[in-house]
Amino acid sequence: MALLDNIPHREKAKQHRPWPRAIVTDDGWRQAIDQLAAGRCTLLGLWGDAPDVHMALMAENFDDIAVLSYTCKDAQYPSVAARHPPAIRLERAIRDLFGLDAVDAPDTRTWLDLGFWDVRHPLGKKQPAQKPAPYAFLPAEGEGLHQIPVGPVHAGIIEPGHFRFTANGEHVVRLEQRLGYVHKGIESLMAGATLDDAAKLAGRTSGDSTVAYAFAFAQATEAALQVKAPPRAVYLRALMAELERLANHFGDIGAICNDASFSLMHAQCGILRERTLRAAEACFGHRLMMDAIVPGGIARDIAADGAAHVQALLTEVRRMFPRLVELYDNTASLQDRTVNTGIVKPDFVRQFGAGGYVGRASGRAFDARRVPGYAPYIDLRFDVPILDAGDVNARVWIRIREVEQSLALIDQILDALPNGKIQAAIEAKSKTCEGLGLVEAFRGDVLIWLRLDGKGRVERCHLRDASWFQWPLLEAAIEGNIVADFPLCNKSFNCSYSGHDL
Amino acid sequence: MRKALFESFIYGPLTEPALKPDEAGLAELAKAVNRAARAKLGRSLSIRHVDAGSCNGCELEIHALSNAFYDLERFGFHFVASPRHADVLMVTGPVSKNMREALLRTYNATPDPKWVVAVGACAIDGGLFAAGYAVEGGVNDVVPVDLTIPGCPPNPKALLAGLLALLQTAS
Repeated sequence: MALLDNIPHREKAKQHRPWPRAIVTDDGWRQAIDQLAAGRCTLLGLWGDAPDVHMALMAENFDDIAVLSYTCKDAQYPSVAARHPPAIRLERAIRDLFGLDAVDAPDTRTWLDLGFWDVRHPLGKKQPAQKPAPYAFLPAEGEGLHQIPVGPVHAGIIEPGHFRFTANGEHVVRLEQRLGYVHKGIESLMAGATLDDAAKLAGRTSGDSTVAYAFAFAQATEAALQVKAPPRAVYLRALMAELERLANHFGDIGAICNDASFSLMHAQCGILRERTLRAAEACFGHRLMMDAIVPGGIARDIAADGAAHVQALLTEVRRMFPRLVELYDNTASLQDRTVNTGIVKPDFVRQFGAGGYVGRASGRAFDARRVPGYAPYIDLRFDVPILDAGDVNARVWIRIREVEQSLALIDQILDALPNGKIQAAIEAKSKTCEGLGLVEAFRGDVLIWLRLDGKGRVERCHLRDASWFQWPLLEAAIEGNIVADFPLCNKSFNCSYSGHDL
Repeated sequence: MRKALFESFIYGPLTEPALKPDEAGLAELAKAVNRAARAKLGRSLSIRHVDAGSCNGCELEIHALSNAFYDLERFGFHFVASPRHADVLMVTGPVSKNMREALLRTYNATPDPKWVVAVGACAIDGGLFAAGYAVEGGVNDVVPVDLTIPGCPPNPKALLAGLLALLQTAS
């Protein structure tokens, strides 16, 4: 049964692909909220497009997606968060950017607008900025509690964000995040941009996932324009995506161990990460493969000796990685830190629709490459590793297993790499068209929704990082753990600040 | 794993030979550094990294400087956790309006003599993000910059060459 069968709607948007977009009124919108609250579908995204608000839903078994659009009355819409908490931050962001208010919203504080912009509601009806009221952190009361404010500038080489801990001695009673510091206004820069410029912006939403973002942007554009990338380009996109996944997983596994003061793993994983980036550069001319994927195909073919570089990388990884896994598994002092630390409950993961290793380490069997699936993964064999423990250790093991799967995927990609063109012609349609892309980045699913105007420019583009539904779970995971384990928990999530703040 | 560790005795280190300092960087710095500062610092510089709005691409490459291939610390550089311990601020990203104040405070907390290195295309002039309502501009629009290292992101070799130019001028 399709998702929209249960949701009364007026009509479907004519130029929205590959999944439908339905125009709903109050009853359809509320019916969708009922379904979300009952856990019968997952919230995939919620974004503004004044005067409309769009909500993307995914069916319980992941095989169907639908977008619902509600036209605000007096800049108001019924709050989703009132009955489905994962929407809280999304609604706060919509209010800050568009000035659209969720009626009965449980949390009306600002989210991305920290009071430093010259305008309010920069994507909606602009108004001059006002002096902001002091931000009220949520209270935690009790004897002997103290607060530890951290950030936005952190101690390491990482992105900025503020964490407010309330602790009782060593134990964290409450963590509240305050994000938005790296908000660059990407969605406003997207409006009116050419496809080339917009693809570059998408590729710089979160640098560690530049391939995944460019991939999702290309998917959305190609869906809107009904263009198919040539098979060779599609396979090479997957090669890039798996190289990106490998590099990030190596980096993360090492960095998590480093946060438990086990620097040997960090050093060794750092070597594998560097080798992966060098192979990427040898193949595609850029270590992070920025701007390599473009709408219609890929910007550059793989270098003549590229496959040999990748083969050499695979050989080296297969020689070294199993030893590192063994070392991780057999070091009791390391396991002592990672096992049973920062547990995320399976119910939370399901409710928030948390993707990536955060979801899969707590039993949520979602991987966008598998279901709904996209080319070329539909033709490739791979497992989606799932664990139930939900602790830091489980998130490490998911990454370890995914490294193994990526190696096997790269073998298949190189074996089956088709010959031929790498770029299909992109021609603007004479009327508005809309597309949606969903790609599995290393940390989880990236959703990109866009509307192109009749001249081949972007009218509105929304980018939703997996972090939106993972950051809130970090607040829950740290509760009852000691402050010193926060870096470990945080790194095991490795949420994106830039991808979230936009 | 023990086997892998023993192997490292046989195969030797992965660390690559030092690069030449970046010529353009040297010229840029010649103006910035005075003799007194050089005497104080010797051949060692403490770096504090500040992300002022980056997409995190630059951070990945700054991280790579510490891996076995580049081994930044052999040149006397090391990353510190507080601006109060730093000689150099390495700033990445366009400066977002939301980070302007935090960057200024970090700069003011860094004792003199200090240098600011703007890392990456965005840090130089705001890059692709310069036009937005949410971006102040390049790092130089907020704090004085002594050295720029271009690239999107600059690769570790470019970062090393830039930092070596800084060290040569500063010591």
